[in-house]
Amino acid sequence: MSSLRAQLLAATTAAARAGMTVGRLAVAGLALAGIALPAQTAQAQPSNPATAAPAVLEVPIGLLTREVPPPPLYDLAAVPEDDAVAGAALAIKDNNSTGTFTGQHFTLNTTSLAEGDDPVAAAKALVQGGNRLLIVNLPADELLAVADAVKPVGAIVFNVGALDDGLRAEQCRADVFHVAPSRAMLADALTQFLASKRWNRLFLVVGPNAGDKAYAEAVKRSARKFGLKVVAEKPWTFGPLARERSDSITKSDALVFTRGVDADVLVVADEAGDFGNYIPYRTAEPRLVVGTQGLTASTWHQAQDAWGSAQLQNRFLRGTNRTMRPTDYQAWLAVRMVGEAATRTKGDDPAAMAAYLRSPDFSIAAFKGVPLSVRPWDQQVRQPLLIAQPMGVVSVAPEDGFLHQRTPLDTLGFDEPESKCHLN
Amino acid sequence: MTAFRPLPSPRALCAVLTGSLALFAAGAAEAGMAYVSNERGNSITAIDTDTLAVTKTAKVGRRPRGIIMSPDGKAIYLCASDDHSVQVIDPVSLKVLRKLKSGPDPELFALHPSGNPLYIANEDDNQVTVLDVEKNKVIAQVPVGTEPEGMAVSPDGKILVATSETTNMAHFIDTESFKIVANVLVDARPRFAEFTRDGKKLFVSAEVGGSVSVIDPATLQIIKKITFKIPGISKETIQPVGVRVTSDGKTAFVALGPANHVAVVNAETFEVVDYLLVGQRVWQLAFSPDEKQLFTTNGNSNDVSVIDVPNRKVVKSIKVGGAPWGVVVAPQ
Repeated sequence: MSSLRAQLLAATTAAARAGMTVGRLAVAGLALAGIALPAQTAQAQPSNPATAAPAVLEVPIGLLTREVPPPPLYDLAAVPEDDAVAGAALAIKDNNSTGTFTGQHFTLNTTSLAEGDDPVAAAKALVQGGNRLLIVNLPADELLAVADAVKPVGAIVFNVGALDDGLRAEQCRADVFHVAPSRAMLADALTQFLASKRWNRLFLVVGPNAGDKAYAEAVKRSARKFGLKVVAEKPWTFGPLARERSDSITKSDALVFTRGVDADVLVVADEAGDFGNYIPYRTAEPRLVVGTQGLTASTWHQAQDAWGSAQLQNRFLRGTNRTMRPTDYQAWLAVRMVGEAATRTKGDDPAAMAAYLRSPDFSIAAFKGVPLSVRPWDQQVRQPLLIAQPMGVVSVAPEDGFLHQRTPLDTLGFDEPESKCHLN
Repeated sequence: MTAFRPLPSPRALCAVLTGSLALFAAGAAEAGMAYVSNERGNSITAIDTDTLAVTKTAKVGRRPRGIIMSPDGKAIYLCASDDHSVQVIDPVSLKVLRKLKSGPDPELFALHPSGNPLYIANEDDNQVTVLDVEKNKVIAQVPVGTEPEGMAVSPDGKILVATSETTNMAHFIDTESFKIVANVLVDARPRFAEFTRDGKKLFVSAEVGGSVSVIDPATLQIIKKITFKIPGISKETIQPVGVRVTSDGKTAFVALGPANHVAVVNAETFEVVDYLLVGQRVWQLAFSPDEKQLFTTNGNSNDVSVIDVPNRKVVKSIKVGGAPWGVVVAPQ
């Protein structure tokens, strides 16, 4: 036996005593990862009991989401039933791959609310079941109610669904981390791209829903921030034509309403996807369409394959038979953040994890080419956003040339001096 | 000017004697040749290290990345990631001689100092494949963390190190039992591992963490985390990937990815002493045999930078194929 190997084994024994996991857990890893080895190949064997690993720490994670209503007869881009859940489940596997070596085991406990179910009661039940780390995929008002209800018991919440700027401002909470981007970030990312192309004159078309109006406000704010001009703004009043099921979906008034506006791009604000996809090619003038449809900004995209993300896309596709959506990615990222915090804090205490996540020591690799981290002033995850059309990534924001004294990532969304968030 | 070097060990001699005819057919590498894998060009480029001119470019498998050489200089091993194979290439003709069973999506690998076996990181499959390169037979598959990438064998051949990009660990694997004997947690997305010639230090780069951990393989402790700071370049773009240490153990060079610089590090005090501006997205590094030159692959500017090691100066950039990824210089 070489001296190096002898030293290694000695060090390993010491490491096992010190809480480092060896040998036996590697075997557990085999089983967990479900890897079947050909019989003729060598396999790791259980190590002798003297070097046995310490007990495994169980880290349960709760996921609170709402059942997706069944799609109409044919919906080519229906929200899948396991939206967010599939992303979180994949991250649990990734966490457990590390966990087999660190003596931690992660489980996902999902509650999917039916219509009329009380999110607060469901959140309390999850926390009482030991899930003090809660991934929440709910609208802003329900997210806040959940966050306030679980705060007294020391749980922390990861928002993976709500985009509202207010959650990162007046309504911010110290127990809530925002993994989903804010509307301000999405609008800033898209606007930076338009500015880099010098497509400066925007024609804004705003849908009837509250989210549409909020998105339009975010676009106007971004336009001011980056020196673009909203030259026209019109409400969409023709109904959900992109979803209309009839034999004659052409509406003449919808076809002419874009006439006579001189702009570089048409920006649609249609978060529900009711009409944004109706507009491209139906405009009077040849007009690029950007915003919530057409060219979009998002945390994730099915065409994204840079920075090793082909591996993540493949793992997801193999497990679910569908492509990864932004909500899946955000849920994946939230669970990975918990995993990283558990590894680095060597435990499952939510308060210690929260302190680590908001500290400058935290950064995480998330297939975006640069490390992601958390803004300490509003607990928003800072991250590059993908500028993409339906079948391809066009650019990545922040765009080159948008500088910031801290990190270019902070050119997206609300910066520290303008933040209205007071964490408590 | 074909140079035949003495075989490094009886075991390697044995390996060659029992090896396939294909290996006999291959000529040894010419002295002073650098071979570059072009990830998007699906080719390798040969560069004469005296004239610094490209002598030949040859088509290889799809998405060629990791590239190393047999100790006898008679074979180039190349990871053709999208062909899910390791190709054995004749250094003289640049012809593909054989394809080896690498397991899926091979990215990086390491050869036992004796020349056999080959340890391959299967990034998409969370395992390391141990392959007998003579018999083209899989000896073992070792499950490791998520997305294994960096691979290094200790100079005595006893310990294999694999780094896993999502698990953020350096896994120490016994090369006889194929058991993981230890795991060391490093910073985010560890990409590359390099032992010093004396085996007393292991350098592990963390691309997203932005650091290089120096590990004492005997105690499994991280002795030092080297970090980098370049004026005018944002912290996020400093992404350490390839690492090479001079054989005297005194100086380390670290490729910093999209920061477009190579850091020069005092490998004894771990002080960063210089940053050299090279091409865009500098990825992997290789010394010339006399260690007077260092070649860097620059994936986004499609060139190779040549660093004058004693004077710490970038002396030339050489246009190669699309997205150069790895580089190896003969003789080893």
